[in-house]
Parts: sequence; C-alpha cells; structure tokens
Amino acid sequence: MHDAVDSSRMPPDRRRPRRPRARRALAAGAATAVLTSVLAACGGGGDGGPPDLTWYINPDSGGQAEIASRCTDAAGGRYAITVAQLPRESSEQRQQLIRRLAANDTSIDIMSLDPPYIPEFAQAGFLADVPDEVEQRVTQDAVESAIEGSTWNDELVAVPFWANTQLLWYRKSVAEQAGLDMTQPVTWEQIVQAAQDTGTTLGAQGIRAEALTVWVNALIESAGGSIIEEATEDPADTVLGLESEPAERAAEVIALVADSGVTGPAFSTAGEDANVVGFESEDAGFMVNWPFVWGRALSAVEGGTLDRSVPDDYGWAVYPRVVEDQPAAPPYGGINLAVGASSLHPDLAYEAIECITTTENQAYYMTTNGNPASDTAVYDDPEVLEVFPMAPVILESLELAASRPQTAYYSEVSGSIQRTYHPPSSVTPGATGPEAAELIRAVLAGEQLL
Amino acid sequence: MSTTTLPPTEKTQPVSAPKGKISDRSRAERKLGWLLAGPAFLVMLSVTAYPILQAVYDSLFSYRLTDPANRSFTGLTNYWVILTDQLWWTAIGVTVFITVVTVAVELVLGFGLALVMTKALSSIRPVIRAAILIPYAVITVVSAFAWQFAFDINTGFVNSWFAWLPGVGADTDWFGDTWTSLLVICLAEIWKTTPFISLLLLAGLAQVPEVLQEAAKVDGASWWQRMWKVTIPNMKAAIMVAVLFRTLDAFRVFDTIFVMTAGANNTESVSFLAYRQTIARLEIGLGSAVSVLLFLAVVLIAVVFIKGFKVDLAGTRGDS
Repeated sequence: MHDAVDSSRMPPDRRRPRRPRARRALAAGAATAVLTSVLAACGGGGDGGPPDLTWYINPDSGGQAEIASRCTDAAGGRYAITVAQLPRESSEQRQQLIRRLAANDTSIDIMSLDPPYIPEFAQAGFLADVPDEVEQRVTQDAVESAIEGSTWNDELVAVPFWANTQLLWYRKSVAEQAGLDMTQPVTWEQIVQAAQDTGTTLGAQGIRAEALTVWVNALIESAGGSIIEEATEDPADTVLGLESEPAERAAEVIALVADSGVTGPAFSTAGEDANVVGFESEDAGFMVNWPFVWGRALSAVEGGTLDRSVPDDYGWAVYPRVVEDQPAAPPYGGINLAVGASSLHPDLAYEAIECITTTENQAYYMTTNGNPASDTAVYDDPEVLEVFPMAPVILESLELAASRPQTAYYSEVSGSIQRTYHPPSSVTPGATGPEAAELIRAVLAGEQLL
Repeated sequence: MSTTTLPPTEKTQPVSAPKGKISDRSRAERKLGWLLAGPAFLVMLSVTAYPILQAVYDSLFSYRLTDPANRSFTGLTNYWVILTDQLWWTAIGVTVFITVVTVAVELVLGFGLALVMTKALSSIRPVIRAAILIPYAVITVVSAFAWQFAFDINTGFVNSWFAWLPGVGADTDWFGDTWTSLLVICLAEIWKTTPFISLLLLAGLAQVPEVLQEAAKVDGASWWQRMWKVTIPNMKAAIMVAVLFRTLDAFRVFDTIFVMTAGANNTESVSFLAYRQTIARLEIGLGSAVSVLLFLAVVLIAVVFIKGFKVDLAGTRGDS
C-alpha cells in the first residue's frame, strides 16, 4: 500500500554496477548460516530435569495454576506441570485446541475441556485412552452428570474435574413480597408472575452465544425431551427431538419470558455476566445463573463496591420447573481433564490428573475460585459449607442436571440452535423447534451454511 | 469555467519492456530487475499464491478437519450449496452495505481532513497530522472493543450523553437490532480508517500544481470553483486509488463484527461466514469455497476499478 503514496522515483538510467560473484556467495552463505541456527534453535529441546507437562487451562482466578504448582511439588521431581492459558470463551478454547491437536501438537499433555466438546475430540481420536485403573479411581465419588459428560460411546474419555450447574437465584425480599414459597419447587410461570407483580427483573441468557443453547437445552430436558434423541454414525441420520411436545413446551417458556416485560431492555444481548450485573441492581428479582454469582458478590463486598445487604438478600433454589409435577433438569457444565493423543508422557499426565482432581484440590478450587467440585465428598467439607452455604443445593442440582446434546457435531447443533432461537422474542412455539431441526439436518448433511 | 488539468506529459518508454530488438544493456537490466525482485516475488508466491491455490483445491472436497479419513471429492457442490443459501446473500448484502456507507463517508471526511492537514500552519502541521493518524494506529480489535463499551447498555456512556436525540434513551440496546448494530459497526470502521484515506488524499493534494490554482485565482474563480474544477480533477488518480484500496479493505470487514455482535441479528459479513465454516465448524471444504468466492469478489472489485474507472495505480507516484 505504501507504494501508492511514495512520490520518489528512480531515474530510469541509474544503475548500479553488478556485485562481484564472491560477495553474492558470501551473502548466500551468511543467510544459510542464520537459517540453520534459527532452525536448530527451534528444534532444540530441554534436557535434564523432570519431564515438563503442559496443562492447557481455561482462564480462572489462578486456581489451576496453584494446583499445578502443588502437584509439581507433590510429584517429587517425576514431572513438572506448566500451565498455558486458553482464550476466555469455551468455543474459542475448542478452536485453538482442535487446530493444535489436528497438527499432532506434542506439547498438549493435559487439557481443561468444556464437556459438550468432549465427544468431538474423542471421535476425532485426539484424546489418549484413560487407563482402566485410573478410570476406577476417578469415577468413584464423582457426580453422575460429570461422569456422563466425560463419556463418549460408553467409554470414559476424560476425567471429571469440576462440575457446574445453574441455580435459580432470587432476592429473598422479593420472593417474600410475591408470596412465593421458595422451599418448594417453583415453575417458570410462577417466577415470571412474581417478577411482574413486584416490578422486578428476571435474568436469563438471551444472547446469541453458547449460553442460549444451555438455556434451550435445559428447558427441553426439563420438559422431558432432548435436542438429540439418538446420535448416529452418519451425522445426517441424527434423530432430533426438536419437533416433540417437550420442545414445544420449552419454546412456550422462552416466549413467555421474552414477552413478559421483566427481562430488561437488553435481553437479546444478555449473557451470564450481564445478568449478574443486573442481579446486583436494586430492581433485581430472579435469575438463572452459575454459582460464580456468589463468589462475585462476596468479592464485590470485600472490594467495597457492593453493600453487604445485597448478598445477604440472595436466596438460591434448584432450577425452575418447566412442567409443574416433573423435576427440573438444570444445565450441566464445568471442566473435565483429558490427555492429548500426541502427548509424549501420557502416563505421567494421568498421574498428574489424579493429583489435580484429589478431593483436597477440588475443595481448594471450589472455595477459592468458586467452581463446584465434581467429587461428592467435597460437599461434606465444613470449610466448603462455610464459604458456599448453597453447596447442598448445588449437589442436588448436579444430581438432577442434564448434559447438552452429546454428539461429535456439537458445534453445528449449538450454532443452529442459536441461529433459530435468537432473538428469544422471535421464538414461536410449534414453529421454532421444527425450523431448528430442519436447519440442523441440512447443516449436518452439508446442504446449508451456518 | 471548464475543468483544468495539466496536459499529459510524454511518457518515458519503460526500460524493462522495450519493443523490437533487445540490446545488451536492457537485457542486463532485465536480469538485474529479476534478481532484485525475484526473492520478494518468490516470498509472495509462497505466502499468497500457494494458500490461494490450496484453498481452491480444498474447496472441491467435502473435508472436515476432525475427520480427514472421510474426505471426498465433491466437485463444485460446495459452491452450489453456498450460492443457493439465503445466508450467503444476506452476508453479501451486509458487506456491500458496510462497504458503500463507510467508503462514502470516509471519502468526504478524509478529504476534509487532508485539506486541514495541507492548509494548517506549518508550525502545527506535524501535530495535526499525528493527531489525525492516531485512530489508524489503533488495533482494530481494540477500537471495536472501545466502541462496543461506549454503546453497551450497561457500560456505555452514549445512552446517557445522547439521550436528547430522538430514539435514544437509557434503554436503547444498540446491539439488539440489525440496523443499530450496523450503525455502530460503520461508525467504528469510519473512525478507524478515515485517516488512511486522508493520508492517500493528502499525497494527491500535494500533486496539484500551485500554478493552476494561481491561474484560476487570477481568472476570478471562487474557492468552490477552484476545488471542483482544478483541485479534484487533478487528483482524480489519487482519489480513485484511495477508494479502491479502502473498498477492498472494507469488503473484508471481520474484526469489528466479531467483537461487537458475533454475527447476531443478521450482521454477518462474508469474511465472518468464511470464519464460521472453516474455523468454528471445521468444514475446510465449505469454508475454502466461501473464501474463494470472497477472493473472487475482491478481484472483481479491483478489476472493475482498474479497467472500468481506469484507475492508474502508477498515478499517485507521479508517473503519469
């Protein structure tokens, strides 16, 4: 581009005498020498010291780095763990890892993986097999939803680390004012009505992002259905449950919430972070969100940006029901650990994973970083109960929680759901579900763009 | 008053393309030319031609990055899928809209800024030039985030500062609708790249001979007449080059959309569509086909400009 504005020009007849051949040879020799040394530097490996295991982590508040350092100390020189941070969004974490794994990157020893992407990684052969004895040990006390989220084709392909679930957060004062008995399960209709009666807001994730798929899936599962009823070898034959009655019921709830007038003006761009900001404001009433809400409020109180009375007014319950007499199926999330198929030290990596996922480390991670453990034993820890008074509700929710569709083509399924269910105000019961099913089928058959 | 431009000067015969018998001297020059340009040419071939050809090849296959074993030749199927999909045409519409709006506004603003830079007192000229160029030095992603935060309903100041404008209030969700999203995207693009256009136009302004301006002044031409009849016709080449470069650039818009809306509410551009198929879906074949179509669109724009509007790329160098 710079040529275009360059006003200088060389007179056509000005020429330099030719370079002697010797000089050209010298230049070529020097270039080769530089190139060789650069290549040698690239190819060189560290020698001496314990094998270095790289753990690709999702960004957190420093908990995984601390656990890595604890396990390095505990290993007594057999291995050392270095953490490498992935992007903030889980979809971007997947993209970066998959590109590296497809190129047989040997530096990927341990990965922190978001559960919905695990089938894709496993199906592509990017994950090292979990040894039987490791499998037995790591699944002993793990919650069922976390084991399910680490399984593909009836085989454990990752190790449960922390297990997340969404709760129904509410302001005790608002629930009281509305006359809602929060000791009993509540339905979406009830909380929408309560928010309308009290002039407060209801926070849910209407943004065109993974959070929307999480919501849609939880509603369909809570109504007794599934987005994918049967995953098949050929993606084009996948049996979808989006035209079913539960999917229609889920769409009714989405339409009810979107048209209720209690979601705030930016519902179609609201994600978990925007919701929690809204929940800290004066007119907050209800919100479905992950437990980080609690840790965030406590930090804000400590930092002096939030009054103590705000989190004191927080209440929590299991996710709202979609069908009155049917338990809800709250969203399941979290992080599971897997070993790269091209790792040079898979045995050591599994040894390190067993250290990372000990009850003690999971309790530490939960109390300091606010991420709930997958190990049920953690929920009996008095220290955990002190920091997380809602721990029993989290455990109850985790036991009810349902995974997002398990398929090697999750990205396509989620992308199609986001495209058809966004903005939530456009959702029409009986029409949006079939439209999403049609799009997923066409995309999986390679007949349509996404 | 008619348009006044300088008479075309006699062009020097390019030494690298002589007609008839080639002399020893020009042969040697030609060889030197190849030796000088050769390494750069090879680098260009390896970093641009090779990936383009690879993309053309990949676009003929059904090929998923996570399933290389099932790669199969499908001919032009990927192109058929794309061109019959409404999403592609929506993306084309959005891209053309952003391109036309941003380039038109930038051209007017950029011209104004170029005039300010030329006419400013020589003592403050460097400061003004630096100030005008600052947005261009900002990384696009950073600029996109800054604009997003400014317009965000929770963190932004725009809703409270501009509440006096009709349609703007505390509850205005700029990224919740197609047109308001596109407006913010265009504003961010315009702020970011107007300096580039003004820089190219500044070079063009510097080429307008002062003697013509003075002659027009003596003839009694007003400022406006001199602008329309002397200045602009004499810098046509610079304007067209600036518009061409910005159009090619604007047509590939990606970062701002990625940061602000991630394609929600029908704000996907063609580049974003290519990203979604190739990087998010890992469908290398389909994504390559989108990229190839994007490449062809960009080539078409360049050809239309260069042949249709007779843009002389050497013009701004003062060769013509």
